[in-house]
Amino acid sequence: MEVIMEALPAFGDAWALILQPVVLGYLIVGVLMGLCIGIFPGLGGIAGLSLLLPFMFGMDPVLGLALMIGMVAVVPTSDTFASVLMGIPGSSASQATVLDGFPMAKQGQAARALSAAFASSLFGGLVGAAFLTVFILIARPIVLEFRTPELLMITIFGLSMVGILAGRVPIKGIVAAGLGMLIGTIGEGASSGDLRMSSYDFPYLTDGLKLVIVGLGIFAIPEIISLLRQDRAISQEPQLGGGWLLGVKDWFANIWLSVRCSIIGVIVGVIPGLGGSVVDWIAYGHAVQTTPDKSNFGKGEVRGVIGPESSNNAKEGGGLVPTLLFGIPGSGSMAIFIGAIALLGSGQIEVGPAMLKNNLDITYAIVWLLALANVLGTVICIAASGGIAKLTTIRFVLLAPFLFMIISFAAFQSGQNLMDLVALFAIGFLGILMRRFDWSRPAFLIGFVLSNPAETYANQAIQIAQSRFRKGFGDGIDYIFSPIVLILLVITVISVVLGLRQAKHIMAEGDIQAGTKRAPIVFMLLVTAFIGYALYDANAIPSYSRDRTFPIFVASICLLGCAFLIVRMMLKPETDTIFADRELNGEDADAAHGLWPTLAWFAALLVLTSLLGFILALTIFLFAFMVIRARVGVILAACYTVAGLAFICAMAWLLNRDFPPGLLQEYFTLPWPFT
Amino acid sequence: MSTFKTTRRVAMGLVAAAAATFGLQANAGGHGIDLTGRTVEWIIPFSETGGSAKWANFYAPLLSEALPGQPTVVVKFMPGAGSTKGANYFQEQTYDDGTLIFGSSGSTQFPYLLGDPRVKFEYDDWSVVLASGTGGVAYLPPDLAAKMDGMNAAGLRGTDFIYGNQGATRLDLVPTLAWEMLGLNVESVMGIKGRGDGRLMFERGEANIDYQTSSSYLSGVTPLVEAGTAVPMMTWGALDEAGNIVRDPTFPDIPTFKEVCEATEGCETSGEKWDAWKAFFIAGFPAQKMVFLPQGATPDAMATYTAAFEAIKARPDFAEISGKRLGKYPQMTGAAAETAKASATKVSPEAKAFIVNWLQDKYGVSLN
Repeated sequence: MEVIMEALPAFGDAWALILQPVVLGYLIVGVLMGLCIGIFPGLGGIAGLSLLLPFMFGMDPVLGLALMIGMVAVVPTSDTFASVLMGIPGSSASQATVLDGFPMAKQGQAARALSAAFASSLFGGLVGAAFLTVFILIARPIVLEFRTPELLMITIFGLSMVGILAGRVPIKGIVAAGLGMLIGTIGEGASSGDLRMSSYDFPYLTDGLKLVIVGLGIFAIPEIISLLRQDRAISQEPQLGGGWLLGVKDWFANIWLSVRCSIIGVIVGVIPGLGGSVVDWIAYGHAVQTTPDKSNFGKGEVRGVIGPESSNNAKEGGGLVPTLLFGIPGSGSMAIFIGAIALLGSGQIEVGPAMLKNNLDITYAIVWLLALANVLGTVICIAASGGIAKLTTIRFVLLAPFLFMIISFAAFQSGQNLMDLVALFAIGFLGILMRRFDWSRPAFLIGFVLSNPAETYANQAIQIAQSRFRKGFGDGIDYIFSPIVLILLVITVISVVLGLRQAKHIMAEGDIQAGTKRAPIVFMLLVTAFIGYALYDANAIPSYSRDRTFPIFVASICLLGCAFLIVRMMLKPETDTIFADRELNGEDADAAHGLWPTLAWFAALLVLTSLLGFILALTIFLFAFMVIRARVGVILAACYTVAGLAFICAMAWLLNRDFPPGLLQEYFTLPWPFT
Repeated sequence: MSTFKTTRRVAMGLVAAAAATFGLQANAGGHGIDLTGRTVEWIIPFSETGGSAKWANFYAPLLSEALPGQPTVVVKFMPGAGSTKGANYFQEQTYDDGTLIFGSSGSTQFPYLLGDPRVKFEYDDWSVVLASGTGGVAYLPPDLAAKMDGMNAAGLRGTDFIYGNQGATRLDLVPTLAWEMLGLNVESVMGIKGRGDGRLMFERGEANIDYQTSSSYLSGVTPLVEAGTAVPMMTWGALDEAGNIVRDPTFPDIPTFKEVCEATEGCETSGEKWDAWKAFFIAGFPAQKMVFLPQGATPDAMATYTAAFEAIKARPDFAEISGKRLGKYPQMTGAAAETAKASATKVSPEAKAFIVNWLQDKYGVSLN
């Protein structure tokens, strides 16, 4: 109580700072910019803040903060549009929203899903701010209790969510998660820099694959290709049902779920080092576990939207704790935020351990600006959701090339290398196959996201524990089995047991019929071969290096799983669920276009880019696609092409980004944007 | 002292060359280049989130004001392969119209010095227009700091130290080698993503020795020192005009590693180990960050950028605005920058060989 009484004067000062018309004006500008950027998948807060950076130098601190926070706060709100409407995870914060949000959009319930998501976002943001107002005063010692073993345990808890999302054949889900982890280990090891499944002769892979590429590839490309093949609008219903009011009512009916998920979001956000990219999955898992009738998950259950969306905005608030109190950014955008704060005014705000002592009023101003920005952003988004939801009634073939353009551009920004596009295509292809044969893509993504933290924390915890054990057995035990670790361990075990018991009822990606044996077995063998290669490759790393342990461990477990699956495939008849294949039944089987011709369009964009550079390739691709595939008139196709090019050029110019160059640019120097 | 003599000789040569260049340029009556309406691209081979980003974002708006014609200066981040990707890219560029500059850091210099297989760039091809120095401070928890007898660190030898290390071949080799020279038993826990994570590990009580560069020390560790949970151990020092290690001007009250080493028996401030440490300290700290023009840069362009950075340094408020963000360190231009570049990108073969062997023995890192 005493700490809070001492903080009371700062409350008043902070409100006085915020409640000036000019500050609110800057906040609104920031919110609008954030909404515009967040709506495009794969860009997110880093791009937005980079855009603002040049203006921060010497700017009045409160105004600069209002502008930046307005932007950061609403990116996880507006990225929901892409997740729900297109099935494209707008950023790592809204991957889980795709699972139920997109099926709702397909059923013509887009506006309902969106407004439920936005109401949850708003609520999560407010709960986060309220929680932080008190918690920030006592956060430092609590956060310092989270040492490496605790961080490792949270990572393992995150991984245990695979149990719920594993699908009908749990071992398949575990192998999928392991596959994601192994793909996450590609590149230089964190411990001694040994290379895994890569070589300095081919430098692209040495940095590993980026989350943007894997997220877009594994979720977005399979959905786009699938919709494109069916040649219809996203929504199966011509008449959109479920207005925005219904979504808000849905949220209100599940308000306690929203409260719990918000708190999960804040807590995971508060802990430095996890970056919160897993928080939406934990929230989704929680939503599943606490719902009595689980049969609708994956098919458009509104609770599957409310859970993750409540947590991801709350997480942004929680992420302020490591950022402001420790000077340790919880995410990429927070890192730029720290850098930008140093540019404000005369640099008097210094984030880090002294922040609370010297700048408590600013700290509260930041927390409440975040809450205010959430309110503003949500109101705008809910107001717009009805209109934007109409996108789902347009023929998808008109949207698809535009989406290919955006996701290619976003993927290229992650490494500024043509190989980014190749990687996107390759992961996309893997995603298509996983979707077809009912391998859990969420499990794969969780494995990928948590691969690095799991490895690093495990190595560090073991090394530090060894040092403690040398000091004394008690020291070592105290270090590893702290009360927090034990509590997390119990939660994890309960979650795994419940998850496995329930998993067979949860079809995160809908019901898929089984068919013939051959295709699923071929894919199974390919996966096994890759895992075998990963094991072989890791074994080649010198034995004193810690970089070999984790891939060997994961690959060995996966191989056991693979062996089990292969045996089962040999024993069971072809009607067994293990042989699930989308190409035989359901909408993919009835699609108007085949998989290969559709995929070829995207491949063509890639090949043309490597020859002519992105902009010239895009010109040909957009026009040809419109004329040949969408069968629109030449004039309309030309207009579409010009509009698409103008849009992408404007965006690249604003964000000061380049386009992928091709072979042509090796020989000729062309002016921007053709470079 | 052979290492250092070589370094200085090289430096003097380069200074002379630079002076000659500037003389010629003045004779030719060049008026520099005009960048009105242009956009200057400043490539930083790191992500938006690191110390180099902070440094470039500090300078970019000032540079825009100071360059003739007030061009827009944009910082372009090109991370990858431990900064060698961006540097290799810059190596492929040739001077065009003065709208492309590059910012390198100690993490770019070290792979170059150690012969990392990924390095395809050559510092000799580039022209330096600014060199920014920094320093570093090592610190301990109070109970361990109490074991030091004044500047004598011998009392720490019985302790098992844990240090959060970013990577054996990174700037962290300067502190780890220094501690080893003092006879301390420091175990490196690898896989730290930045020095901030290292400090957090120290604050959580998992690591019990750490170091930070000056600006991070000021913002992150000074509050801990005031709260009594950390005690400074030593700085790496700074270089005086003659190239001697002296007390760091930002931390005049904290002894340097050289002083601590002299006061601790068994630690030598001469010999190959010391020479190697000093060579890599100089490459990593007093000239940590530099701004370059690409190969083929004209004397006019050099003069223009040099004048711009000099104008920034001459701003009446420069000391105030830079003090907190960059620390009180020299921001060198012209001949001083050339000297700094030479010292940061040249080490004697003996020093290199020593470090390469040491990395192999201590961490099993093979650089061949």
